[in-house]
Amino acid sequence: MNNKTMTKNIRVLINGVVKDNPVFVLLLGMCPALATTSSGINGMSMGLATMFVLICSNIVISTLKNLIPDLVRIPAFIVVIATFVTIVEMVMNAYLPALADSLGIFIPLIVVNCIVLGRAEAFAAKNNVLSSLFDGIGIGLGFTLALTALGLTREFIGTGKMFSVSFFPEDFGMTLFVLAPGAFIALGYLVAIFNKIQRE
Amino acid sequence: MEYIGIIIVAIFVNNVVLAQFLGICPFLGVSKKVDTAIGMGAAVTFVLTIATIVTFLLQKGLLEPFGIQYLQTITFILVIASLVQMVEIVIKKVSPPLYQALGVFLPLITTNCVILGVAILVIQKDFTLLSSVVYAVATAAGYALALIIFSTIREQLALTKVPKAMQGVPIALITAGILAMAFMGFSGIDQVF
Amino acid sequence: MAKLSSTFKNMLLSLFFICLLAAGLLAKVNDMTKEPIADAKALKLEEAIKDVVPDFDNNPVTESYKVATDSGDSLLVYPAKKGEEVVGFAVNSYSDNGFSGNIQVMVGFDMGSNVINYAVLSHAETPGLGSQMTSWFKPQVHESSLIERIFGFEMKKAEVKSSIIGKNPATTQFAVSKDGGDIDAISASTVTSRAFLEAINKAYVAYAQSNDYASTGATINASEDSIEINE
Repeated sequence: MNNKTMTKNIRVLINGVVKDNPVFVLLLGMCPALATTSSGINGMSMGLATMFVLICSNIVISTLKNLIPDLVRIPAFIVVIATFVTIVEMVMNAYLPALADSLGIFIPLIVVNCIVLGRAEAFAAKNNVLSSLFDGIGIGLGFTLALTALGLTREFIGTGKMFSVSFFPEDFGMTLFVLAPGAFIALGYLVAIFNKIQRE
Repeated sequence: MEYIGIIIVAIFVNNVVLAQFLGICPFLGVSKKVDTAIGMGAAVTFVLTIATIVTFLLQKGLLEPFGIQYLQTITFILVIASLVQMVEIVIKKVSPPLYQALGVFLPLITTNCVILGVAILVIQKDFTLLSSVVYAVATAAGYALALIIFSTIREQLALTKVPKAMQGVPIALITAGILAMAFMGFSGIDQVF
Repeated sequence: MAKLSSTFKNMLLSLFFICLLAAGLLAKVNDMTKEPIADAKALKLEEAIKDVVPDFDNNPVTESYKVATDSGDSLLVYPAKKGEEVVGFAVNSYSDNGFSGNIQVMVGFDMGSNVINYAVLSHAETPGLGSQMTSWFKPQVHESSLIERIFGFEMKKAEVKSSIIGKNPATTQFAVSKDGGDIDAISASTVTSRAFLEAINKAYVAYAQSNDYASTGATINASEDSIEINE
C-alpha cells in the first residue's frame, strides 16, 4: 500500500471521529447513547461492541458489494449486520456476562442502530474493502469516544466517580444525571459544546 | 385489572421514549410539527402491534420448538423489515393521501428501535399473546403521547431566541430531559394496581 | 466486476446464499459459545453461594432441592456441608414487587437461623437508588473519595440500622421501619427495600423447612440438575 492510499485512509478514519462524529454531528445512534451511558465503562463497552459490528459489517458488505443486486441491498445488509450482532451477543454472554447484563437489550438493538446500516449504505457499498475498514474504525472510534465522554460526564456529575474511582462523596452528586432525564440533558449540552468548538 | 396495570405502566411510568430510550432518532427528527407527530404515532402503533404478534408467533412456533433462539435477532429484524415494506405497499394502494402524509417516515420505522425493542421485551418478560398485544398498543400510545407533547413544545421553541450552539438538537434534548423529569413523577402509580 | 443486475433470479440467489452463510456462521458460533455461556451462568451461581455460606466441601448445586413456599411457588435451597454435617443453607429467592419488577437474591443462613450474607443475583431497579440494595443491607463500609483523602476529612454518614447480616428473622422483624419493622429502608427507595425484604423473608421460610430436614437427620434427595436461574 503506497503513501497516498495510507494518507487517504487515515483521513477517512479521522473524519469518522471528528467531522462526521456519528453522535455529535450526524446525530445518529442516540438510543444507545442515552441508554447505556450511566457510567463511563458502560458507555465505552457499548461503543466498542458497536465498533466491532461496524468494522465487520463494513468489510463484508464492501467485499460482497458487487454480488448484491441493488433492489435487495437493504435486506442483504440487514442479514449481514444481524449476523455480527448475534455473534457479539453470544460471545459477550459467554465471556463477559456481567457486562452483557448491564448493556441488556441494547446489544441486540445494535442491529437497528442507524449508524451501522447508514455506513453500510453510504460508504461500504461504494468503496473498497480497505477504506471501508478504516471508515468502520473511524466511525466506531468516534462513537466510542462520544459514548465514553457522555458516560463519564453522567457518572461524574451523578456520583462523583469516573470509571468507579471516587472523586467526591456520592452524597454531593446529582443523582438525576444517572437517570433518564439526566441523559437527555447531558447529551444536549455535550452536543452544544461540540458544535461551539467545531465552529471555531 | 392486570391489563390496566400494564397499560398505565407502559404509557406513563416506563414511557418507551422518556424512560426506556427507545425510538429517539425519529423522536428528535419527526417532532417538529404536531401533525407529523400524530402521523408518526399512528404509523408506529399500527406497525408495532402487527410486528409484536408476528414475532411472538415466530418465537413460540418456530424458534423455541427447534431450539434456534440464537436466530432471534436476525429473524425478528427481517420480519419487521418485510412487514414495514408490506404496510407501505398496502397503504399506498388503500389510501394514497395517507401514504403522502406519512411519506418518508414509513421506511424509517424499520430502524426504529421501538419495534425491535418491544418485540424482544415481550419475549423476555414472558408475556402471553394477549398481554403482549396490550403492551404493544400501550407502548405505542405512550410513544405517540410523548411525541405529540414534545412537538407542541418544539413548535413554541421555534419562535424563541435560542443561543446558536444550542439551536436544533441540543435544546430539543434538554427539553426532552425536562419532559422525562415530569414523567418521573408518575413513578409509583403502578403500586395502586 | 460490474454490479449484479437486479433480475429476480439474481436477487433470490444472492439473498439465499447470504442467508445460508449467515445461518451457517451463527450455528457454528452458537456451538462454540453454548458451553461457555452455560458455564458462566453456573459460575455466577456458585460464586453467589460461596459468598453467602460458610466454607463447605460438598457441591451445593448438585445437592440442591426445591422447597415449596406459602405463595404457591417453590425456591431452590442449596445445602452447604463440611463432611457429613450441614453448616448452612443458601436459598435462591426472589420478589416480583421491585420497583421495576423481578429481584433475585441468594441469601445464606447459618444453622442458628442468622443471615450470614446475601448477594443480589439480578434486578432492574433504578441505578443510584434501588440498586443500592446490593450493599445497603450489609454493614456500611466507608470508601474515601479523592477529595476526602486530599483534604484529610471523612464525610460523616448518619447511622442507619439497615444491616440484616447476623440477624435472625425469627427474632428481628425483617420489615421496613415504616411498616413497623426493625430495618431502615434505602432513602427514597421504600418499594425496592420492601421487595428485597420480602425475598429474604420468603427465603427464611424455605430455610426453616430445610433446617427441619437437617436436624431430624433425614436424607435430602438431590433433585434434577438445577442450574437454571429465574431470569
